[in-house]
Amino acid sequence: MTGAPLTAAALLAAAAATIAIGFYGIRLSRNTSDFLVASRSIGPQWNAAAVSGEYLSAASFLGVAGLIAKYGADALWYPVGFTAGYLGLLLFVAAPLRRSGAYTVPDFAEFRLASARLRKVAMLVVVVICVFYLVPQYQGAGLALKTLLGLPVWVGPVAVGTIVIVNVVGGGMRSITFVQAFQYWLKLTAIAVPALALLTVFLRDGTDLAGPLPPTVHQQTTVTVETDVVVQVAEPAGITVVGSVDGHRVDGAPFRAPGRYSLQKGTTLTLAAGSATPVVAGAPSAGDDWIASGGGLGGDHPSYQVLSIIVATFLGTMGLPHVLVRFYTNPDGRAARRTALAVIVLLSLFYLFPTLLGVFARQFVPQLLITGTADAAVLLLPSAAIGGIGGAGLAALVAAGAIAAFLATSSGLLVSIAGALSTDVLRGRVRDFRVAALVGGMVPIPLALLASSLELSRSVGLAFAVAASTLCPLLVLGIWWRGLTSVGAACGLAVGGVSSGVATTLAITGGVDERLLGGWPAVVVGYPAAVTVPLAFLTMVVVSRFTASTRPPDVARIFAQMHVPERLGMGVERVPRGG
Amino acid sequence: MTSGRPQRERVVLAHRRGARIVRTRAEVQEQTQVGDAFVRGLVRAQLGLALRLAAVVVSSVAVVPLLIGLFPEVAAVKVFGIRLNWLLLAALVYPVMYGVGRLYVRLAEQSERDFVRVVDGEP
Repeated sequence: MTGAPLTAAALLAAAAATIAIGFYGIRLSRNTSDFLVASRSIGPQWNAAAVSGEYLSAASFLGVAGLIAKYGADALWYPVGFTAGYLGLLLFVAAPLRRSGAYTVPDFAEFRLASARLRKVAMLVVVVICVFYLVPQYQGAGLALKTLLGLPVWVGPVAVGTIVIVNVVGGGMRSITFVQAFQYWLKLTAIAVPALALLTVFLRDGTDLAGPLPPTVHQQTTVTVETDVVVQVAEPAGITVVGSVDGHRVDGAPFRAPGRYSLQKGTTLTLAAGSATPVVAGAPSAGDDWIASGGGLGGDHPSYQVLSIIVATFLGTMGLPHVLVRFYTNPDGRAARRTALAVIVLLSLFYLFPTLLGVFARQFVPQLLITGTADAAVLLLPSAAIGGIGGAGLAALVAAGAIAAFLATSSGLLVSIAGALSTDVLRGRVRDFRVAALVGGMVPIPLALLASSLELSRSVGLAFAVAASTLCPLLVLGIWWRGLTSVGAACGLAVGGVSSGVATTLAITGGVDERLLGGWPAVVVGYPAAVTVPLAFLTMVVVSRFTASTRPPDVARIFAQMHVPERLGMGVERVPRGG
Repeated sequence: MTSGRPQRERVVLAHRRGARIVRTRAEVQEQTQVGDAFVRGLVRAQLGLALRLAAVVVSSVAVVPLLIGLFPEVAAVKVFGIRLNWLLLAALVYPVMYGVGRLYVRLAEQSERDFVRVVDGEP
């Protein structure tokens, strides 16, 4: 590994810059309002960069390209949905949420429905969503440090956890606004420069990725299987195996014929230059299947999968606590709308590049398809396709971007966890915020090491499904429907949260047998949103209708406050009790 | 609020132009029935706008898989060497989303301005 010192230096530089900019912000952070909502003083441009910097997580930086390399056209729905979520947020949530004057999502729940009990339920949901979202970030960090520097898997989660805790404990929201805005531009550079460099290589000696065969390796490649895997071999010529195939010991022999083989941990495949790559079972093998839409992302019922991804990502952003909390830092509702619109631009620009890299990964590092760990594609591409000092430099840049992705998203999530816990469980002082941040940052570390890792984008997609089934209906109905009651909201949160939470837990701990009942249980557990989101909306509406007598009496005042422009002087800013 | 201690609240003053207090504005602020009717009108207008634009986006996005499902040969059409299904999903949907967002911001602010004008009794 020639570029390792360079990569390590880039990782350290990105981490050091993060901490340094964080410390600059700490000098400006004094009271609880600074810590929670940066005293509501961040304008649309800084805020949009910070929102995007925070939002582009491991799932976007590494995961999207990996999924596209592996599954092809249908994986494009993830970046589309991740961006469309902000359109949903802009249309239905941004301005009224900001005008409510709340400082966290649970605070909004109490503001709207005057129920301290509902506030506690919402707090619990916020913490669950953030933890589900933090786990893949930590896992991504583990994967990146292992791929780039050969470090043990636990180093990444521990390192990222420590840096994030230090930053959040130090300066809260004020401090991370600058950090996140910086990280958007770092991530954009770190993904755009390698993508454009690879584009020139691809245009020069790329081949057509369509066709009846899987992609071929360009030089002799050796791949060691690290967890048991079933592969689809389309063309056995040129492949030699050492290890265990279908339970039999094989020593330097080729596969007998095209077909499915299960490889045990420790098996080594050697692919001669020009031989077709075996592809992990479930992913499309032939180039033609990969390039066509409608194949889904492995497993049965591809159309349902796509529908569910669309529901989860289009609606999930509206319920992500760490994104919503950034909207409270806008000075007014108008700025909140402009922030959301600017975020759409910044994300559209960013997602062009992971898409390109996903295509290039199939061309230049097809061996990743064997083990299915396509999340490493972005990290390995530059040195594989360009090589030499240029490749090493680009690899170091990508590594810096990746670490920025883990750090930015994790700090945002941790601020949300700490904000919810400190104001609703503890007494809302600055010290409570720090204690909550310390605990909230450490809990996901063991979870990240224990959970079986789905692809990063899929794990994050599941966190979106939970958000879309809980906080999204609470906010949308709370903002637009006067009939919502606190009992209805709490029941909806419980039904949506439990159903999507159970599905997510099952999916990340191993899923459900695909042969059961025509594959429906497996696909619903893997992609729950299309079922759980309508269920949550329905529960909130039906229960609210039955408990209509408990509507808050001053709902007219609350609606006026959320929807009337600030100029009329209806605005009331809520501040935490201890602040 | 139902929690024990009363919430601390910071009141933001209006950006008032001149000292003229108009009757309708006072009605909105004081939650009279007339004022509430104005607010209901505003909420309905904003929700209608958001739903209409969301329908535009959802139907234009839903066209892609439907079209490809019904006519698989459409996806094989190449524009500048890129297949149509990739071109649509990887590039062309993004400007559509931005355009719809921009339109929403313009129209939503317009209806807020109209609301303020009516309430303030300005011509």
